[in-house]
Amino acid sequence: MNLVGTLFCTALAICALSALAGLATPTRLRLPLAGLGTAGAGALGTAAGLAALLGESWSAWLPELLPLAGVRLAIDPLAGLFLAVTGVVALCAAIYGIGYSRDGLDGRVVQAAAPLFVAAMLLVPAAASVSTFLVAWELMAITSLLLVVADHRHRSAVGEAGLWYGVMTHLGFVAILAGLLAFAAGAGGESFDQLRQAELSPALRGTVFLATVVGFASKAGIVPLHVWLPRAHPEAPSQISALMSAAMVNMGVYGIVRVGLDLLHGGPVWWWMVVLIAGAISALYGILQAAVSADLKRLLGHSTTENMGLVLIGVGAAGLFAAWGNAVLAALALTAALLHVVNHAGFKTLLFLAAGSVQRATGTRDLDQLGGLRTRMPYTTGLFAVGALCASALPPGNAFVSEWLLLQSLIHALPTSGVVGAVTMPLAVGVIALSAGLAVATFVKAFGIGFLAKPRGPEAARAAESPPAMLGGMALAACCCLVLALAPTAILPVLSHAVAVALPGPGAVTGEVSLHLAGISSVISPLLIAVALGVAVAGTLALTRVVATRRVRRAARLWDCGGGPMSARMEYTATSFAEPLQRVFDNVLAPESDVDVTPVKESAYLVESVRFRAKVPDRIERRLYEPVLSVLTFVGRGARHLATGSVHRYLAYGFWALTGALIMLAVFQ
Amino acid sequence: MGAVLQVVLVAVGSPLLVGMMRQVRARLEGRAGAGIGQPWRDLRKLVRKEPIAPDGTGWVFRAAPLLLAGTVLVVAAVVPLVSTTSPLDEVADLFAVVALLALGSVALALGALDTSTAFGGMGASREMIVLALVEPTILLSVFALSVRVGTTNLGTIVTSAVADPLAVISPASLLAAAALAIVTIAETGRIPVDNPSTHLELTMIHEAMVLEYAGPDLALIEWASAMRLSVLLGLLTSLFAPWGIATGNAGLLALLLAAVVVIAKVALLGALLAAGEVFMAKLRLFRIPELLAGSFLMALLAVAASFFLA
Repeated sequence: MNLVGTLFCTALAICALSALAGLATPTRLRLPLAGLGTAGAGALGTAAGLAALLGESWSAWLPELLPLAGVRLAIDPLAGLFLAVTGVVALCAAIYGIGYSRDGLDGRVVQAAAPLFVAAMLLVPAAASVSTFLVAWELMAITSLLLVVADHRHRSAVGEAGLWYGVMTHLGFVAILAGLLAFAAGAGGESFDQLRQAELSPALRGTVFLATVVGFASKAGIVPLHVWLPRAHPEAPSQISALMSAAMVNMGVYGIVRVGLDLLHGGPVWWWMVVLIAGAISALYGILQAAVSADLKRLLGHSTTENMGLVLIGVGAAGLFAAWGNAVLAALALTAALLHVVNHAGFKTLLFLAAGSVQRATGTRDLDQLGGLRTRMPYTTGLFAVGALCASALPPGNAFVSEWLLLQSLIHALPTSGVVGAVTMPLAVGVIALSAGLAVATFVKAFGIGFLAKPRGPEAARAAESPPAMLGGMALAACCCLVLALAPTAILPVLSHAVAVALPGPGAVTGEVSLHLAGISSVISPLLIAVALGVAVAGTLALTRVVATRRVRRAARLWDCGGGPMSARMEYTATSFAEPLQRVFDNVLAPESDVDVTPVKESAYLVESVRFRAKVPDRIERRLYEPVLSVLTFVGRGARHLATGSVHRYLAYGFWALTGALIMLAVFQ
Repeated sequence: MGAVLQVVLVAVGSPLLVGMMRQVRARLEGRAGAGIGQPWRDLRKLVRKEPIAPDGTGWVFRAAPLLLAGTVLVVAAVVPLVSTTSPLDEVADLFAVVALLALGSVALALGALDTSTAFGGMGASREMIVLALVEPTILLSVFALSVRVGTTNLGTIVTSAVADPLAVISPASLLAAAALAIVTIAETGRIPVDNPSTHLELTMIHEAMVLEYAGPDLALIEWASAMRLSVLLGLLTSLFAPWGIATGNAGLLALLLAAVVVIAKVALLGALLAAGEVFMAKLRLFRIPELLAGSFLMALLAVAASFFLA
């Protein structure tokens, strides 16, 4: 067993021990033991992933571990990338969780399920056969479901979220199961090596691809399979939200890349067009919902849909370019997509953890009740600001780099891609641009309304800073974001090994300080942009110090139009901030508002009370899921008449079923 | 060398540009006007005043003007105005320029939200919506412009336009120019998107955000806004009328000549913009998306033209 194998197996063993510690130890020891164990497993998983990315691969076959098929594991650079990302997220979230867990979240089930969830997420990319993959996938689904419903005693929304999540994740599992079983049956073997060498008919390949894409897209929260995500991610405990939103959704991307590009070796244009269009719709729809959402964690959940959409635009573009025979651009698009996965994991971990700190300190996630945390929670505010900068794809944030790479690959596709590309690529660029612009508005809202200004509610006014363990977890995530933002050139050469697994060829991005692209002469240097910006700001500060002679700032009242001191009720809220946007996208969002006027008994002209309710429902849920659900309920009600409790009737069912089966046998044999 | 000259030129010249535009407007409206130097006199007056810390504001409020000015200064060093060879050309391309300008707007919006007044929130909200809707047009225009040259770095785009003057009047280039012109008006807060001289709460965008700023902070914001206007107008002239710009290793004399030319071009464009504003009224806030959708369509057509008519 080499270095990668040793590290990986140790990480799994530590996860198992942490789960045991979570089950068996008393409350006082449980948190530090399980938390530190999970953090250690995360660190080892990262190390294993990085070692695999640097070129050392590992594989193992354990025929006795599972009946019939055995367990097959293999860690190549592509798996290593996802291992490393999961490991870092687990490390940050576990450290944070030590300080965060209380009020029932420090119970045995939660503390034992969290390490198992991490172990399952480490196993998924390492699986190298259909059966191992499916077992790991289902383990990931079940442990995360347990964690989502952890808080069900305190909030009623948790149970509903768990139900949605459980159903959607298992429908996705059925799709993946069907796809991979058809693949394995066609290939005559179930290990990934046999699948790679399989020669299948185009129809079967298309079916396998579509079925698996549906399953993986549901895990990645892609529209229209996203409905569980904005429910389940916010209702889970915050470190679990971070694990789900920053690590688990990545497994959907991993699945599409592994099956579509690696096992099936790419495919025709229409496959990747499906992926690209699904990504584009998700990016726009996700960020629109995030922009009008007033619930901090729900907003972050919608933003996950957006970012996974951007990643799928990259993956789809990579597949398209490969189908058109442009290997260099395909590698660039996939590099951009995978870098965005890494970047998104960094800032989404940070944002969910910071949102959890806010929720813990104030007891609410409603942005309309927050504000004024800048003075009460200064460190959390600063860390959230870093995350928000990164998430809004502005320099010097990390998402700027990956979106820049993605845009470069799309823009320079035009000369070689024919009419289809000439129509698709500009629209994709427009979608990315609009989602980037809306992301800026969204995160200005989240940070500006949530943390700045004056407290809008009594809970926010009583907030206090989080304990050191939570700040430590967040600070670690923030450091990762900064490294990714300033030194992407250090990461990209390593990342190209992972790209080469799916699309063999040389690396698409080179350079030490600047990003130089293969075949495209666009250059930027994120590090030097940050330096230039720092110099310019420092220069401006020095200039104002020299020119402005009076230094002492005088406190002054805010301009209140002469109407007396302003109260917090006069502030803009998250809802009012997003209102113009809601009006502009009225046709897409279809917001609902409801005015309820109660007149005084004596006169219809005098108003006693007015109630106003505004809501932005998820339109896809309303139009797509509710009809299906109501049909199912109707059928279920109808089926009730079949079982009236009469034994004669049940005997008749048995009789007719048997007769029917015998007739069928007689006819068809 | 060229980059330093550009930054100095933008820093010193942009208040004069604003003064010139106000003067043009005043004369067309039959007023005498305050003279071209008035913005500089205003800045001097503001700088000498006492800095103010409104109740409840913090580091975000203080840092916003600095970041706004800082982003514009970096952009002024990157964008080819006088010379196409900037040491920062390899550092930031057109996407980075757009993102840096957006970063400045974000800083100001956060500063406005930090004041906790309704005006601040209103201005920030509107500014962010305009910014979000402008983004697709800008990026598609960049797309149309960079297809021809195979890069998004500004030096190369402008150099190729100098080398091939006829390309500037191609349909793709003209459509992109129209789209970018509308975007420039939106980004700099001019009529018909925003009115820089209004303080009426129904219509304010930029002015609502800076309502709480006073003294040196306000001076910094006014100066940065003026620089933003001149950099964006300069970028428009360099992309679509690059004649006279210094290319390669130009000497001092060539740089000075180029500086004179760019001053003349930007002044002409500014005067045209000011003259146009006299004949126009500000649009209703909820009609602005239609204007921006129109510019997006033009940018889309520009990309299509660059592919199908190439």
